[in-house]
Amino acid sequence: MTKAQIIEKVSEKVTTLTKRQAEIVVNTIFNSIRDSLQRGDKTEIRGFGSFRSRARRMKEGRNPKTGATVSVPAKRVPFFKAGKELKELLNK
Amino acid sequence: MRKADIANEIYQKVGVSKKEASDIVEFILDLLKSVLQKGEPVKIAGFGNFMVRSKGARKGRNPRTGQEIGITPRRVVTFRPSQVFKKYVNP
Repeated sequence: MTKAQIIEKVSEKVTTLTKRQAEIVVNTIFNSIRDSLQRGDKTEIRGFGSFRSRARRMKEGRNPKTGATVSVPAKRVPFFKAGKELKELLNK
Repeated sequence: MRKADIANEIYQKVGVSKKEASDIVEFILDLLKSVLQKGEPVKIAGFGNFMVRSKGARKGRNPRTGQEIGITPRRVVTFRPSQVFKKYVNP
């Protein structure tokens, strides 16, 4: 399912919203999760899961074409951990 | 941040009541869960993809006691952040 399809479902379900408003609603959810990690915060959604950013150490990598060693700098990556309810739902 | 904070932002951006905003958030989360339960991916442009992967049985150990235990086959959700999202956490 894509974002466009989610927007479609929301505007079918919530008839008081225009298509444009449904789009804003869906974008707001994902943008606010993204912004929270940018601030160094985390987002915990009960029943679904949590989003936080994890640190990755600097490492030595290789250019696969030339074989030359390059150093990959330390960075942060977004990380999602599924919640208990979601995990159980998948294994019923 | 929590669900209530997301609902609050929706309430401020779209002309709906707080109750409606929180109902809409629940509706969307239930929708995402049901899609994943069917084993189908959820793809959000500019955010990332949620995929369901099946894992086979394997042996594990209780880290505290060292006792060997079997881990049953299961399905897990993995999230792959988009390039855009990755850039956000590395300003």
